[in-house]
Amino acid sequence: MRVKLKIGEEEKQFIERVSELSGQDVYKCYQCGRCSAGCPFAFEMDLLPNQIIRMVQMGLQDEVIHSKTLYLCASCFTCQSRCPKGIDLARLMEAIRLLIEPKGKDQFGPNDVPTKLANELPQQVLVAVYRKFSK
Amino acid sequence: MNGNGKKKKIGVFVCHCGVNIASVVDVERVAKALENYPGVEFSTNYVYMCSEPGQKMILEKIKEQKLDSVIVAACSPTLHEKTFQNVVELAGINPYQLEIANIREQDSWVHSDKEKATAKAVKIVKSMVEKVLQNESLEPIRVGVTRRALVIGGGISGLQAALDIADHGYEVLLVEKGPSIGGHMIQLSETFPTLDCSQCIMTPKMVEVSRHPKIRLLTYHEVESVSGFVGNFKVKIRKKPRYVNPDLCTLCGDCEKVCPQIVSDEFNMGLSFRKAIYMPFPQAVPGTYTLDIDNCLGLLPIRCGKCKDVCEPKAINYDEQEEIFEEEVGAIVVSTGYDLYTMDHLGEYGGERYEDVLNGLEFERILSASGPTGGVVRRPSDGKVPKNVVFIQCCGSRDTENHNPYCSKICCMYTAKHAMLYKHRVPDGHATVFYIDVRTGGKAFDEFYQRAVEEDHVLYIRGKVSKVFQEGDRIIVWGVDTLTGKKVEMEADMVVLAMSMVKTEGGEELLKKLKIATDANGWLAEAHPKLRPVESLNAGFFLAGCAHGPKDIPETVAQASAAAAKVGDLFAQKELLHEPTIVPVNEELCSGCGICVTVCPYGARELDPIKKVVKVNEILCEGCGACAAACPSGAAQQKNQTDNQIFSMVKAILKG
Repeated sequence: MRVKLKIGEEEKQFIERVSELSGQDVYKCYQCGRCSAGCPFAFEMDLLPNQIIRMVQMGLQDEVIHSKTLYLCASCFTCQSRCPKGIDLARLMEAIRLLIEPKGKDQFGPNDVPTKLANELPQQVLVAVYRKFSK
Repeated sequence: MNGNGKKKKIGVFVCHCGVNIASVVDVERVAKALENYPGVEFSTNYVYMCSEPGQKMILEKIKEQKLDSVIVAACSPTLHEKTFQNVVELAGINPYQLEIANIREQDSWVHSDKEKATAKAVKIVKSMVEKVLQNESLEPIRVGVTRRALVIGGGISGLQAALDIADHGYEVLLVEKGPSIGGHMIQLSETFPTLDCSQCIMTPKMVEVSRHPKIRLLTYHEVESVSGFVGNFKVKIRKKPRYVNPDLCTLCGDCEKVCPQIVSDEFNMGLSFRKAIYMPFPQAVPGTYTLDIDNCLGLLPIRCGKCKDVCEPKAINYDEQEEIFEEEVGAIVVSTGYDLYTMDHLGEYGGERYEDVLNGLEFERILSASGPTGGVVRRPSDGKVPKNVVFIQCCGSRDTENHNPYCSKICCMYTAKHAMLYKHRVPDGHATVFYIDVRTGGKAFDEFYQRAVEEDHVLYIRGKVSKVFQEGDRIIVWGVDTLTGKKVEMEADMVVLAMSMVKTEGGEELLKKLKIATDANGWLAEAHPKLRPVESLNAGFFLAGCAHGPKDIPETVAQASAAAAKVGDLFAQKELLHEPTIVPVNEELCSGCGICVTVCPYGARELDPIKKVVKVNEILCEGCGACAAACPSGAAQQKNQTDNQIFSMVKAILKG
C-alpha cells in the first residue's frame, strides 16, 4: 500500500498543534534513531519512537494517532537524555495523546482497576493513569 | 566649506542596484532631492553604478563638472568602496574624498514602505554630504615588510606551507612543539580513498623540510609571544631542552636500553610503552633521541645518569638550559591541527572503562605496520584477533545538545577505510558500521564507500547506538536500524568510536598569545567564508589545516599551499600600505588621563611619561574608534570621522 503524502492545511495544523502542545521543535529531528535504540519499551511498540516523530514531520496524522506507541511510552525520559538535538519525546507523546483525546476512546476506566489493588493504589497513580489513558 | 575654507563641489551618484534598491527606494527622487543641497554640484542615478559604464560615467562627470568629491549611494562600503575609490583616483581625486552612502543594506533591504524608505535614503545621502564637506585628503601610511615567515605546527599542513613558502624563495621558521615533525598524519596507517601508506607518502616531505636551505626547523620549540603587526612581527620562541645534541646522536639506541623509566607511548596512543629517553618513531625528523624530562628520574647523575654513561658519542648534556630568543617575521601561518574529543565525554559508550573500546586514532595504530601489534589486528585486552568489530560514527559530532554541533567531516571516510582494512587483515571477521548519514563528498570517495559495502561486505546499519557495555569478554552494543524499524543488539569483540575532531588542547592558550579570531567552536576564523578562506581577520596571519576546522589530507594540503601563496603575495609587495583613517592625538587637548590606552584593543597607544600625553603607533592603529569614543577631552579625533563631522551628520538627519 502506498501512503499518500500531502502537507495541506490539516496536516500543517496537526504539526503545529503537536509542536505547540509539547513545546518541542519536531523539525529538529534528523533521525539518528538513538531514542529508539535506548527505549526500554520499544520491543512492544508497533511504531518506534523515531518513526513517530518522522510521521509527525510528514503529517501522517492517522498513522500516528492509531499507534500503540503513544500509550506504551513510560515517560522514562531515556530518549530525551540521549537525544543529540534535545527533543523531549515523552512530551511529544503526551501532546499527541492530548490532541487525540476528543477523538479517541477510553483506554482505561474505573472497572479496569484490579479490586485487590483498589484500596492500596496511591491516588496520584490513579490520577496519572486516567490522565494518560482516558478521554 | 572644507577645512581650507574652500567650497567643495560634490557629485552624488545614486545606484538602482537593479531592483535591489530601486524597487523600494525611488532613486530618481533621491537624486533630485540632492540636486540643490548645499555643496552638491551634480546629482544623478544609474542602474548599476559598479558596472563598467557606471564607473565610466562617474569618471566623465568628475571631469565635466570639475567635481572634487564624490558620494555613491549604493550598497555597503565593504563591497564597493575600493572600486569607487579607484575610479575617483583615476580622475585625480584623493580616494578619501569618496564616501559611500549605504542605501541598500541599511535601507531598501530592511524596509518595504517606499515613501518612508525614499525619505530615509535622502537623509542618509545628505548626512554623507555633511561628512564629505569636512573630509581631509589623506595618504596611506607606508611601512616595510620583513620577508620571512613563521609557520606554527609541523603536521602535514605546516610542512606543506613551509615548503611552498621556502620554494617561493623566502626564509621560513617552522616551529613544532613536539620532538618530531609529522603531526597526526604520520600516525595513520593507510589513507583513503587510495589506501596509500601514510608514512610512505609523508616521510619524503619531512626529509625535504629538514634539508631545505630556506627552512629553519625548530622542533621541541614553542611560540612564547607575538607582538608587532603585519609585515613586522616580533616573535619570542622558547627552546625546550632535549638534553641530546641532534648533531652528535648516532641513533645507536644504547641510552634507551639502559633507561629504567617506562612510560606510555603517545605516538602509539598509549597502546605501547616507551622509555623516558626516546625517539617518537623510527622516521622521526630530526633523527635524534629526546630526553623527556617530565618522566626522567632526574638529571643529577647521582640519581640515575645511566643514559649519559653509555652514550659513546657524548651527545647527552644534562646541563642544557631552556632558552628564549626573538625572531622577526612578516607573516605567520597557523597550522596547529586538532585533537580528538576524549572518550570520557561519551560515558554510555564506555570508551574510558573498556580496554577494547578504542578511538579512531588508536585503531589506526593497531592497523599500522609500525604499530604496537605490527599491523596484526589484535584487541588490547587479551591480544586476541577480534572477529566482530563494531564501528560507531558521529561520536560527539553533530550533537547540538550535549557535544559538538558540527560534522567532523572525515569520519565517514576513515570509518569505511577502517572497516575495509580490518576485513583485509581478518577476512573471516565481520565489520558493522552504525551511522546516521554517510557523507562521501570528495573525489573517488563514494566509490570507496561502495567498495566497502559491495566487495568487503561491511554491514551498514542506519541508526545511532544507545549503549555499549561489557558482558564477560564480549562487548554488547545496543542500537537500532531505523530502516527496518528494528532494535538491534550486537555482540562485538572490539568497538571503534569515530570521535569528533576538536580544537587542540593547549591551543587555546597559544591562540590567545597570537590574539587571532576564532569561531564559536574554537576553530580559527577565516576573514571571509567564501572569498578569503585562508586569511585570518587579523592581518598577517594565515590559516592552514585542521586548526581552521575538520578537513581531510588533500584539502589540508590545498589550503596550506593557498596560505603559502597568500604569504607570497604579501612578500611580493615593496611596502605595505596602512589605512590612514587612524586616531591621532591633539597634544594641546590631551590631559594624559590614559583612558584611551586601556580601551585600545590593538595596543597602539601609550602614555608618554615625560610629556604626559598619549602617543600613537600609527601602524598598529586599526581605526576602530574606541579611543575616540572614550576620550573625555576630545583630543582623540578619528581622521575623516571627527566629532564635528558626526554632529553635522546627525543634524542633517534630524533636519529631514
